[in-house]
Amino acid sequence: MIQLLLRRLFLGLITIGLVSGIIFVSVEALPGDSCTAFLEREAEGKRLENCRNDLGLNRPAAVRYFDWAGRALQGDFGVSANGTKSIADMVGTRLRNSLVLALASLIIGIPLAIFLGIVTALWRDRQLDLWISTIAIFAMTIPEFVSATVLILIFSVWLGWLPGIVIAPAHAPISQLLPEVILPIIAISMVMTAHMLRMVRTSVIEVMASDYVQMARLKGVPYWQMVFRHVLPNALLPAINVIALTVAWLLGGVVVIEVVFNYPGLGRLMIDAISDRDLPVVQAIALILALIYVGVNLSADLLTMIANPRLRTLHTRKS
Amino acid sequence: MTAPVTTAPVSPAPLIEIEDLSIGFTSRSGATLPILRNIDLTINEGETVGLVGESGSGKSTLALAMMGYLKGGLRVLNGATSFRDRNTFELSTQELEQIRGGELALIPQNAGQSLTPTLRIGAQIGEALKLHSRIEEADCPARVIELLSQVRLPDPEQLVERYPHELSGGQQQRVAIAMALAGEPDALLLDEPTTGLDVTTQAHVLELLRDLAANTGTAMVYVSHDLGAIARVSDRIVVMYAGEIVLEGNSRQVLRTPVHPYARGLLASIPKLADARLPVAMDGRPPSPGGTGAGCAFADRCALAEARCRAEQPLLQKAQGGQTVRCHLQEEVAHLAMPASATAERTSIPDRTPSVLDLDDVAISYARPGLLDQILGRQSNATPTVDNISIAIRKGETIGLIGESGSGKSTILKAIAGLLPTKNGKITFGSNEALHSNVDKRSNDQLRRIQLIFQNPDDSLNPRHTIAEILAQPLRLYFGLTGDDLRARSEELLERVRLGAHYLERLPSQLSGGEKQRVAVARAFAADPELVLCDEVTSALDVSVQAAVLELLKQLQEDQGTTYLFVSHDLAVVRALADRVAVLYQGRLCEIGPAERVYALPSHPYTEVLLGAVLEPDPDTAPVLTAEDVVELSPVANGCSFQRRCPRRLGAICDSTTPPLQSDDKGHAIRCHIPREELLALQSQDHAQGDATSPRLTQPGL
Repeated sequence: MIQLLLRRLFLGLITIGLVSGIIFVSVEALPGDSCTAFLEREAEGKRLENCRNDLGLNRPAAVRYFDWAGRALQGDFGVSANGTKSIADMVGTRLRNSLVLALASLIIGIPLAIFLGIVTALWRDRQLDLWISTIAIFAMTIPEFVSATVLILIFSVWLGWLPGIVIAPAHAPISQLLPEVILPIIAISMVMTAHMLRMVRTSVIEVMASDYVQMARLKGVPYWQMVFRHVLPNALLPAINVIALTVAWLLGGVVVIEVVFNYPGLGRLMIDAISDRDLPVVQAIALILALIYVGVNLSADLLTMIANPRLRTLHTRKS
Repeated sequence: MTAPVTTAPVSPAPLIEIEDLSIGFTSRSGATLPILRNIDLTINEGETVGLVGESGSGKSTLALAMMGYLKGGLRVLNGATSFRDRNTFELSTQELEQIRGGELALIPQNAGQSLTPTLRIGAQIGEALKLHSRIEEADCPARVIELLSQVRLPDPEQLVERYPHELSGGQQQRVAIAMALAGEPDALLLDEPTTGLDVTTQAHVLELLRDLAANTGTAMVYVSHDLGAIARVSDRIVVMYAGEIVLEGNSRQVLRTPVHPYARGLLASIPKLADARLPVAMDGRPPSPGGTGAGCAFADRCALAEARCRAEQPLLQKAQGGQTVRCHLQEEVAHLAMPASATAERTSIPDRTPSVLDLDDVAISYARPGLLDQILGRQSNATPTVDNISIAIRKGETIGLIGESGSGKSTILKAIAGLLPTKNGKITFGSNEALHSNVDKRSNDQLRRIQLIFQNPDDSLNPRHTIAEILAQPLRLYFGLTGDDLRARSEELLERVRLGAHYLERLPSQLSGGEKQRVAVARAFAADPELVLCDEVTSALDVSVQAAVLELLKQLQEDQGTTYLFVSHDLAVVRALADRVAVLYQGRLCEIGPAERVYALPSHPYTEVLLGAVLEPDPDTAPVLTAEDVVELSPVANGCSFQRRCPRRLGAICDSTTPPLQSDDKGHAIRCHIPREELLALQSQDHAQGDATSPRLTQPGL
């Protein structure tokens, strides 16, 4: 099992290495560079050359890649293209803000999805299941910018209960941010919960139909004991990887929500950086997103391995 | 000779009573279709009853109904079932939970899938104990271990910590038995408990169940399609057909002189070890639920049926020898001779016949080199799954490959078909045509001449293609047939497998299991092959259907001179069809020779063990169990592959040296360190000492 884990870790590292290369090359392939973006119309002749010299842009691409990757490894992403702010600082606060949003959504979304998934599966095809499942399908199909706008319309414009946009600055303490992000959290967890709920429901139904659940019944195991001992541990195993996928989706979903609510997170920073052609920032964010993606999937694999006796006992025992 | 099973109590008290029970479901068209019809059955205390029938006869539904359990969609249409005078279907949930697993326990068909994968063995048995026995919580672990030793599992202390997937099939089945015994039940329901186990494992599990019944006085209801297994464990046999009980009587009577024509047909369709002839097939197929008319459900398949049989439903009535039978003509049936096979003994294939296919020292390995090994160009040095196989297959003969699961039978077929690369050795086709080990690199003609038929036609026939499309593929590919020619040839092929041209437009899902397998046979023969590889082709079929498919294969061979390589775990089936047999153990050849010699004089200790474990539908035979039924895992043992289980093990030489091939002038060869004559002498010595009806159980160690 350790071997399997090390192999996954190794593959994860390779993935990140490749991703960093691809990010670098694709940014490189875009017409223009940081200097042409910064200098705009004055980007010609001596000025351009000086700027490129200052930023080290006239060195060979390979050298620049390893320079960038090496520094990134140490947490130093350089300075932004307008030459003043440290990217690490800038991205750091934004990352914190995005994580607040994402984690809050997960803390609400995952337990809710598991609970509702189990409820709908156990009371399959009853009124309750039909209602919850119908709502879930709606939540899944409506794009999050639409649901976010509707939420703002209802809770902020009509009822006036919650702020419609976030006005706190990026570096505000979490205590100040939290009350303002309730609507974004609701918007994100709605879609996420719906996806996971459907998955948990299917998985529970499948396990309920298995031979071992029938056997448990015919062994005289009381219903709820059967659900908790025989059904759930087996039904939630496949859910772990779906949750990981949902978390990965969250990274993308968060961008849209952040823009709608004007939330100072990583997503909005990326949109701004792209429109400003602040390439070092774009590179840094892309790399961080890739890291999170790989990290989440790796932890999901690890969790599955711990929870699944079939994988846990791999290579360790033979009868 | 004594009766096969222990005697029932002197004045039997009824334990389970089923009265006029009908169970059915509502079809999509709204009609009520019965699965069980008017079942009357009483199970007495301490009695073992065998419930036998083919798939769809309702036997499992009946067994589960005894526990008050109905599968999804089913409901009780009529009648009742009671356990100790309590109506099972009227009990409260709590009362049912008390009875299930307590007084009435189930041993499921597939223990591997019936044990919860995320719970340790100890926890699962402990759960049953806590629910159904009064012992103190603290004494549970000790009792679990006691139960595990009672079902003769080795190292119970270690086993409680294991998960189900870490156990072999036989061990899982024993765990399921231990779990059922936890509640000290008055009756055990066994739903095909040994189906899917290897012959030796099956024989051991059945002996265990017999001993349990004898020692604990537990009543048993044994559900199976396998009359051999039923014969071994039951006092009384109940034969079911199309949801009805058609015959009931004591085991000896039912197995020797059944008075129902269906039971007679069923017995005749079972291939027997001692009989080299093909079993007699039964025509037709059972009616689907609701498909029975006013008369007898078996009338359409019955050779004796008269007008009365089709018009009037027969009632259960007393018949000769205390049997109860549902047949108008039972008296005529009782006077008829048992159906016997009409096929003649086959002519043997001369030794000098040129071979179609030569396997020369073939080794096959599933181990694929890792990425690093590939980069460094290293060869994997894992022991190959199959090794050292040399067989020459002669034109027009049938070679049977036998062995337990994991013996490499199917692996060899796949390698010949080019689906698995060989690691060593060569496969020569025809006179001297080397066969490439990759199917993509073989010529079209080579592909045509070797065809493969799979075990399960549900998987091997594309469910979205009509039979016409399925047959057209080889015809178009190999012969370029189109239009009317194609159609004519397809029809001809269907005729040859005894299906009419009207099947062409059907989809596989509209055919019965036997019909589908006939289509698979037709597809193979569409290529006009020289060699047909048959991989467990009858294993998924009911016995009566199996007999018909065997007959078909035999007929086709006689007409076209085709050569078969026939893989099966069922030794009796191979006996019925094969000219020569090769016995495999863990991918190594143990014995090869003419079928009549190998079956009559099994020389290799493994062949002896294997043949000894076969169960026959005969109350007077008992399996001879000499070796432990431990499933060996990889790697294969050094020296002789069978040394770890061999009852005749010599010593160090078996561990270190691959045994030499000893062959005689009849083409009968074995791989063993002990000289053949000595092995045969040892066998007759054993027979002289032991009573053949009492199996000798050796202590199953690890």
